[in-house]
Amino acid sequence: MTTADIAMKPVYRFQPYNVGRWVVWSAYALILAVAPIVFQSSLALTMLSQIGVAIIACLAFNMLLGQGGMLSFGHAVYSGLGSFFAIHTLNLVSKGEWAVPVSLIPLVGGLAGMGVAVLLGYVTTKKAGTPFAMITLGIGELVWAMSLMFPEFFGGEGGVSGNRVVGKPVLGITFGPQIQLYYLIAIYTFVCTGLMFAYTRTPLGRMLNAVRDNPERVEFVGYSTQRVRYLSFIASGLFMGIAGGLSALNFEIVTSETVGAARSGAYLLFTFLGGATFFFGPIIGAVLMIVAVVLLSELTKAWLLYLGLIFLFMVMYAPGGIASLIMMNLRVAAFGKLRRLWTSYLALGATALVMLVGAAAIIEMVYHLQLNVGLGPELKFMGLTLNSQGLDSWFGCAFVLFTGLGMFELSRRQFAQEWGEIQGEIEREIKRREAL
Amino acid sequence: MTTPHSECAVELIDLRKSFGKTEIIRGANLRVLPGERVAIIGPNGAGKSTLFNLISGRFEATSGEIRLRGERIDGMAPFEINRRGLARSFQVSNLFTRLNVFENIRCAVLWSMGYRYSFWKFLADLDDANERTEQVLEMIKLDKKREVMAMNLTYAEQRALEIGITIAGGAEVVLLDEPTAGMSRSETKRFIKLIRDVTEGKTLLTVEHDMGVVFGLADKIAVLVYGEVIAFDVPEAVRANQRVQEAYLGSVLADQQAAGH
Repeated sequence: MTTADIAMKPVYRFQPYNVGRWVVWSAYALILAVAPIVFQSSLALTMLSQIGVAIIACLAFNMLLGQGGMLSFGHAVYSGLGSFFAIHTLNLVSKGEWAVPVSLIPLVGGLAGMGVAVLLGYVTTKKAGTPFAMITLGIGELVWAMSLMFPEFFGGEGGVSGNRVVGKPVLGITFGPQIQLYYLIAIYTFVCTGLMFAYTRTPLGRMLNAVRDNPERVEFVGYSTQRVRYLSFIASGLFMGIAGGLSALNFEIVTSETVGAARSGAYLLFTFLGGATFFFGPIIGAVLMIVAVVLLSELTKAWLLYLGLIFLFMVMYAPGGIASLIMMNLRVAAFGKLRRLWTSYLALGATALVMLVGAAAIIEMVYHLQLNVGLGPELKFMGLTLNSQGLDSWFGCAFVLFTGLGMFELSRRQFAQEWGEIQGEIEREIKRREAL
Repeated sequence: MTTPHSECAVELIDLRKSFGKTEIIRGANLRVLPGERVAIIGPNGAGKSTLFNLISGRFEATSGEIRLRGERIDGMAPFEINRRGLARSFQVSNLFTRLNVFENIRCAVLWSMGYRYSFWKFLADLDDANERTEQVLEMIKLDKKREVMAMNLTYAEQRALEIGITIAGGAEVVLLDEPTAGMSRSETKRFIKLIRDVTEGKTLLTVEHDMGVVFGLADKIAVLVYGEVIAFDVPEAVRANQRVQEAYLGSVLADQQAAGH
């Protein structure tokens, strides 16, 4: 097409059949379908199931955070209450009082989450910004306190347990084996991801972005910001509830910590790590969440500390999360300049690794001194024996840490310079193309 | 106390606004007929922007009435007033910074096209809204910048987008708060033509400091001094008005002559 053609075009043509989008969504479906075939261990299957649930929850959380600029500190309320309603429904089905197919129990959770969001969201979304965050924090604490006050519903310390193998199997599916449940979760994950993406392409979804960017102006183009926030809050509650319902089926037990502040904090932290500014960021965050909670916590007692450090560095250096890092590099790649950065990335990675080893060794020694001192001063770290009371170990670790730090800083400066140059070239290239 | 006139597009009746003990608007009266282009002038601190904020619902009036085509709108939220056909622009550009130019305009089109809070329709399928957005983009000469994020536009482009968002919804009454503020002479000239084009057939109220713009754009001039409308007439009559000469215009014209305009 020549420039004249473009200039002649009467109206902007949209491309509803975007080939790239088909590829991405097919790949997403394929990954969900193939994952349990590639990773066959029972641990992997448990993790995959949890990842599916976490993807829905983080995406739903990001409907507010990334797309609406609403920072919720108490979003576990909606997934958690969804879980409780789901498990109670499951138990009623077990008793034969209700007849709901097990595969639809997550929807019961979703309706519950939505119902709770209709009630609580009305108060919450009256405000935006910091007051909004404070109200969500307050409501989170309120529900947490209630979970201790009403053991009939919340099951007290032991929680509420259930059995997902009830009713007649449909097509031989009982949901007894984990693999069957995984595929149920995978289907929900795919459909919910699709629906939440579709939401971003609707008038309400776009006005939610507008409310995030400039709530004042939204009021002067005919929309009530409060109503936009409220409706989106309800939509988010629906998907949080579905995640909760799936989680109840997955674990067959729901405890009051599912509505707690720690869970709410995890949604926030990992959605942010994954990247709130892009739709797919929370999916990355959800994978990280389960890997961290299940694997990292097995590996070291100091996992929360590591997590906190990663979060800290992310907020400081890459506030757009991992998704933004990926997108920035894709942009560089699209202009054919990524090859120039390989050596820098290699240097950054290697020096960061040295630094990390040094820091991790010190952290592990501190934890050893605090927690395992009864086992003697020695500990194993990456095949080495460290002496937490020996000067040589401390000195050695500090040496590794500071050497790594120094080299990292040098390669970071080199990288920053190259990165800046490349960005400048890209800007000029864009200007040149615009001028054509 | 005057009685309301339903044939007026905008009518202010004994409008007052105080911030604490300071009264900024002190009993302003104004009747703007449909299709009139009115420039509101006055010295700094006369309350011009406050008046706009009252009419558009950004501030609530302390007392008095504001009527839009006969209907009282004082006390309404900005979005309720907007839905009744009044739109405004801002002195400092007030855009959806992280959305692109096209989305900025489309956001301003959606409500008036009846799409409200719908989440069961895709934006890409809303042919009428997208077409209207295209028309507005062409009117404000930003059709080549449709993919650019609002925050990355030049100052003049941002001012144009500000006007675009204001008129996109097709409001009958348009309030422009210093549309040419901060622009160069040539840009201002181009902009006056743009404003004339996009507000064709509408009722226009504008706050302006530049007398060249005022006499070029307005059919009538309202002079606001210390929160009161001391004169409201065609430009020649206002220029000749003794009170206006004393209170304001004489000194401004003298200044501008001295500055060589």
